[in-house]
Amino acid sequence: MAKRSILSRPKFLIPLVAFLFVAGFFALGLRLDSTLVPSPLIGKSAPAFKLPILHLESASLEPEQFSGTPWLLNVWASWCVACRDEHQLLLDLASQGVVIVGLNYKDDPAQARQWLRNLGNPYLVTAVDNEGSAAIDWGVYGVPETFLIDPSGVIVFKHIGPLSAEVITEKILPLIRSSA
Amino acid sequence: MTPRIIALFLLMISLQLSAAEVILNFDSPKQEQRYKSLIDELRCMVCQNQNLADSNAELAEDLRDRTYDMIRTGASDDEIIDYMVERYGDFVLYRPPVKTSTLLLWYGPALLLLIAVCAVWRHTRRKSQLSPTQISDSQRKKIRQLLDK
Repeated sequence: MAKRSILSRPKFLIPLVAFLFVAGFFALGLRLDSTLVPSPLIGKSAPAFKLPILHLESASLEPEQFSGTPWLLNVWASWCVACRDEHQLLLDLASQGVVIVGLNYKDDPAQARQWLRNLGNPYLVTAVDNEGSAAIDWGVYGVPETFLIDPSGVIVFKHIGPLSAEVITEKILPLIRSSA
Repeated sequence: MTPRIIALFLLMISLQLSAAEVILNFDSPKQEQRYKSLIDELRCMVCQNQNLADSNAELAEDLRDRTYDMIRTGASDDEIIDYMVERYGDFVLYRPPVKTSTLLLWYGPALLLLIAVCAVWRHTRRKSQLSPTQISDSQRKKIRQLLDK
């Protein structure tokens, strides 16, 4: 073909293609939640802490005590409204035999105990992090947050914000099954 | 009467301001300078568009305290930054490190500029290479007439 027809080199499609390209990025950007920052702790050993136990303050709790079993660390507080949203899900998980350890973040212990009496206690045990120093070591920046730790003590999953039924059935339970 | 009221008002403002300031003691002005530049470059994870220096979030306050303690106990700037990145990831830095996952972020704008310059260059070159428009004799005549008017 000596003469190029407009269809053999469809220049008029360039703006359309450029638009779709940019729109694709915007669509992706809309779906991403910028408040969810991937944790650098995934795949690393759970940071150590030694904190008093909510219901027995003379005793202390350390993450190593749970090695050999997959367990969840749930950061919560009685002042945290979103924690109420996920509470029933945590109770359900606990009734299925999942080990859930609470980290009570910057809370009044008396109010925290009252909260558990009123709403039910899904936690095998709750550690008291009054100063929030353990939470800093775990990279917590929004309560509630939930970590899954495998039997060897490595953090395999982190969820920021209240848990949802989907996260539990699609992420947490399969990971627990595969690591147990 | 009015100056007194103004004076009282100013006094109230100044009291409020001083209440928000936390007095920190440093061993040297250099330490203080390091503290200020560190909390300036570290992001508050709670508010995300503020740095630790500007944020009133409780976590930002805790991390400012942590930064202060680390400076006082002799930690270097790199050690403090590593400490934060270990816990919160690169996102805690307002100036992310150059690595494969951030290459586009760092060099994307320059790349776009390069593409734009190339496109403009090609476009202008092609235009200048266009052969002069062919005009018929009658058209030439008409032009001549118009110009000579």
